[in-house]
Amino acid sequence: MKKVIMGNHSVSHGVMASEVKVISAYPITPQTHIVELLSEMCGNGDIDAKFIKVESEHSAMAACVGASAAGSRAFTATSSQGLLLMHEMLHWAVGARLPIVLANVNRAVGPPWSIWTDQNDSLSQRDVGWLQIYCESNQETQDTIPQAFKIAEELQMPVMIVLDAFFLSHTYEIVDIITKEEVRKFLPEYKPEIKIDTKDPHSFGNLGGPDVYMELRYMIQEAMEKGIDVIKRVDKEFEEVFGRGYGLIQPYRCDDAETILVTSGTVSSTTRAVIDQMRDEGIKIGSLKIRVFRPFPFEEVFEVLSKAKKVAVIDRNISFGNGGIFYQEIKSALYGRTDIPIVGYIAGLGGRDITPSVIREIADKAIGDDKPERYINWIGVKK
Amino acid sequence: MFNYLEYVREENFPHIWCSGCGDGIVLKALIRAMEATGMSRDEAVMVSGIGCSSRTPGYVDINTLHTTHGRAIPFATGVKHANPGLKVIVVTGDGDATAIGGNHFIHAARRNIDLTVLLYNNYIYGMTGGQCSPTTPIGYKASTAQFGNIEPTFNISGLAIAAGASFVARADVYNAKQCEKMIGLALEKKGFSLVEILTPCPTAFGRRNKMASPVKLMEWLRDHVVSGAKWEKLSEEDREGKIRSGILIDVDKPEYTEEYKKLTEKLRAV
Ligand SMILES: Cc1ncc(C[n+]2csc(CCOP(=O)(O)OP(=O)(O)O)c2C)c(N)n1
Ligand code: SF4
Repeated sequence: MKKVIMGNHSVSHGVMASEVKVISAYPITPQTHIVELLSEMCGNGDIDAKFIKVESEHSAMAACVGASAAGSRAFTATSSQGLLLMHEMLHWAVGARLPIVLANVNRAVGPPWSIWTDQNDSLSQRDVGWLQIYCESNQETQDTIPQAFKIAEELQMPVMIVLDAFFLSHTYEIVDIITKEEVRKFLPEYKPEIKIDTKDPHSFGNLGGPDVYMELRYMIQEAMEKGIDVIKRVDKEFEEVFGRGYGLIQPYRCDDAETILVTSGTVSSTTRAVIDQMRDEGIKIGSLKIRVFRPFPFEEVFEVLSKAKKVAVIDRNISFGNGGIFYQEIKSALYGRTDIPIVGYIAGLGGRDITPSVIREIADKAIGDDKPERYINWIGVKK
Repeated sequence: MFNYLEYVREENFPHIWCSGCGDGIVLKALIRAMEATGMSRDEAVMVSGIGCSSRTPGYVDINTLHTTHGRAIPFATGVKHANPGLKVIVVTGDGDATAIGGNHFIHAARRNIDLTVLLYNNYIYGMTGGQCSPTTPIGYKASTAQFGNIEPTFNISGLAIAAGASFVARADVYNAKQCEKMIGLALEKKGFSLVEILTPCPTAFGRRNKMASPVKLMEWLRDHVVSGAKWEKLSEEDREGKIRSGILIDVDKPEYTEEYKKLTEKLRAV
């Protein structure tokens, strides 16, 4: 059934259809609608889940960890300061190998206080070991939730789904709503191999001395690497049932492109419109959306970008003292394998709009600049 | 007429509060109390967390620090320690101080550090649109308790007393004069002092609970809050469902930064 719903509610519908058993959350703008609708669904029986109201995001993730260890499919949603407060527990979920799914609405971090979008909240969690998938439309957001559970449960790794504040979270779009019955054909019931079970007792969260710690870390990295194929396969399986697939990355008009703009999140669709315009003018340009950020799809990215003459990366984030985070990742994907110039552009921090003209400016700069000197270029900073 | 303008940052007006919100009444009571105590504004620091209540410092023309959700008290603890000569006022909400920041609240009271905490209790998370807080009464509705809350609540003043606060008072915005008086006493008290201020949130709380009109919520305060003197005269039966306002505890205890100083002096004298 098709409905016009907001981005946040497409997350809630994805969670409902995935038959999650425990939801625990703490409110924060611009995420709150996700859990408010879920709370209503828990009440009216649309979803047979327990809704745990907690006193902070730290407790929300702790409750998800407990629920997941007890063998339940667990979900939470948060944003910005809330995600940062969860940090300790995010590590825990990874080390404990629990397939929790979290939706993070990308919101800038304070101070100064901001409720508007940028990616520094989720990207500052890059190294904790959560898989990260960046969504672009309400449909993709909804569909990515059951995909995330399937990936998470197979790899025994937690997955974070990321959507832009307001540009996606509060934007209404037509969504083909998936149902539990349909999702059952795709996502099997969650049956963990080990769980907290009085009939088959295990001990969780033990001391791991130097003799075992490294091996456990090795296994996490192994799961991440295996993740690339699992995500691809799961996406195909989803497509077989629902007719929609999203891939690890999404190249657009890249085949003969001399310049490729790399994007993520909602900027991707705006960029495609600019690409079309520039193509009409005869400019050979394309774009590449990075959907899956962790594990980073090195091979797939190389495959597309290595054919271009120049790569421009648009980052709605910054790693202070270095540069754009996607930019760094792209550079490491191409390092030593090609000498194409890669230029980084920082734009749209704290919710500043990345309009078609901003993207055009970046594209023109990238094309015009033969020997870009600075690896970090700020777009639209007021003097 | 009292000149409030001297105390506010005019450039930050209009304020963010909804019409009918009680937070503005607290702001005015606070300003009058500051004036009445004759405290130096340059030596006062107001620290807040996040929430509608925590926007208060934005409007007061003294040193202010608007911090993260739940953490106003630890930030304030840092300020007080760094310069014990400062008068440190914390402005916080029921969610800010007793949900996400509950731990800090009880520990600051236990230490009896010299902070004046003004806790605006509106029974809800106002700023994020009306989720259940630790003070949402049983049976009342919130966006995360759409079928009525089932969780027992905190008695915030009771919590502070049990944790060791040296001054605790309860006030409400219907009785604005009393509110001003309680804030004044708290400002003058050395040690951890709390004024729990009951204030209406028509937007996020009232609307869901058949009290959408701010007047209804004010009437609720009028009918439920009983001052200390009257309370004493009420029978056990008549106290049922009523809330006692006024001073709940006022004791003298060693203050943390002073004890710290004494210890340092002792150690260094050896
Ligand atoms: C770590 C973190 N989690 C969540 C939020 C979102 N948030 C902002 S204000 C608020 C609740 C405020 O409620 P309360 O303290 O009772 O103040 P009121 O708005 O009712 O005055 C929440 C949950 C946040 N800013 N930071
Ligand atoms: S939401 Fe409630 S607490 Fe916040 S300003 Fe409006 S009335 Fe006041």
